[in-house]
Amino acid sequence: MWGFYFNELIRSLPFFLKGLWMTVAVAGLSLLFGTIIGFFGGIMRAGRNKPARIIVGVWVDLIRGTPFLVQIFVIFFILPGIGIELEAFPAAVIALTNLTASFITEIVASGILAVSKGQREAATASGLSGYQQLRYIVLPQAMRTILPPLVGQYVLLVKDSSIVSAIGVVDITRVGWLTVQRIPEGLMVFGLVGLLYFVICYPLINLSGFLERRMTVGSKRL
Amino acid sequence: MLEGFNFRIILEYMPLYGQCFLATLWLSALSLLGAVIVGIISCAMRLSQSRIMRGIAGVYIESIRSTPLLAQLYFFYFGLPSMGIMLPEWVTGVIALTLNSGAYYAEIIRAGIQAIDFGQIEAGIASGLSYFQRMRYIILPQALGNTIRPMLGQAIILVKDSSLLSLISIMELTRAGQLLTSERFTPAEGFLTTAAFYLIIYYLLKAFSGWSEKRLIFREAH
Repeated sequence: MWGFYFNELIRSLPFFLKGLWMTVAVAGLSLLFGTIIGFFGGIMRAGRNKPARIIVGVWVDLIRGTPFLVQIFVIFFILPGIGIELEAFPAAVIALTNLTASFITEIVASGILAVSKGQREAATASGLSGYQQLRYIVLPQAMRTILPPLVGQYVLLVKDSSIVSAIGVVDITRVGWLTVQRIPEGLMVFGLVGLLYFVICYPLINLSGFLERRMTVGSKRL
Repeated sequence: MLEGFNFRIILEYMPLYGQCFLATLWLSALSLLGAVIVGIISCAMRLSQSRIMRGIAGVYIESIRSTPLLAQLYFFYFGLPSMGIMLPEWVTGVIALTLNSGAYYAEIIRAGIQAIDFGQIEAGIASGLSYFQRMRYIILPQALGNTIRPMLGQAIILVKDSSLLSLISIMELTRAGQLLTSERFTPAEGFLTTAAFYLIIYYLLKAFSGWSEKRLIFREAH
């Protein structure tokens, strides 16, 4: 019986690859948008404008304090009630972008705040504008702190993207769920699902660890 | 958006929410306890001298960290019955949450241990303490101080992750929102109430984390 199911599973591999492609699409789009919004959010959160700082802070807390599954239900089921009809795919991308942006905001803000104050003061003394300070002095130095957790966040993004299967986006997890109805070998089916995620995430985790070691070289005591 | 917001329905469902709030709390607490124990054990294995132990712990930690919780949850939910093991849903859910968070706790504890000055361990060896004694009296007390904050952070993640248990039809907060939504067609009331309850837990844990930072860190005596 096991062999029969195994052959069945091999035959449904194209279906799994489609799911893989969907996961990559959802995660990739959210990565792109989330990073851009997150950097703006982080700059605001670490900036001097107090109302902006507070608003961004509250937004980050609301997103961090609630499960992603609840957020995606809110976006997918409540927005139509106020006249915004969304397909599952855009709803998934919006929810995941929102989540990623809020986490990247915190990463970027703490990276910026970790740059020593003297650097900014020196830049001000040299007559650089606010934008120039950020672009040429603060951000390049902050990137050292930002980069490792940023890549770590991308790993979380790929893993969290599995939750969009709950609103019917046919990603790897959803493919597994649909397949297991037909091939009742849960260990095998979700072993394969796990393997596909592993292929994406494991290199990213190692990249994050590598960056962490690489970026702390400069500040290490010898 | 909120002009049609019906507080009466929420009030009517409050007993259900209260019950489910408690369910989320104790499911999370049980998994948290299990995860800390699993984390300590697998961290000790990962740092041990035996290659086999290190290998087993490494495979466990890396495979958990590289795959999404939802895939792991389905792996157990669909996989255990196909192996002939029948468990109630909530036990499956707690097992998945425990094993998932356990891997992250192992990494947190490992980071805390490795932050300890190696001289401390050498001094322990020189004083003739056994491996167990060094762990118990020298390493773990200091590691606890280093790790209490990331540990609470992981606890927050665990509480949020427990929302996924609703997908295998365990009664908890997110499931309460789904129930209200499907019975009354009021997603706004259902999911925003759910979100509010999660926020209560989030802010409590966050406040506790801030407090512990001030009070519970064991500082070195000078």
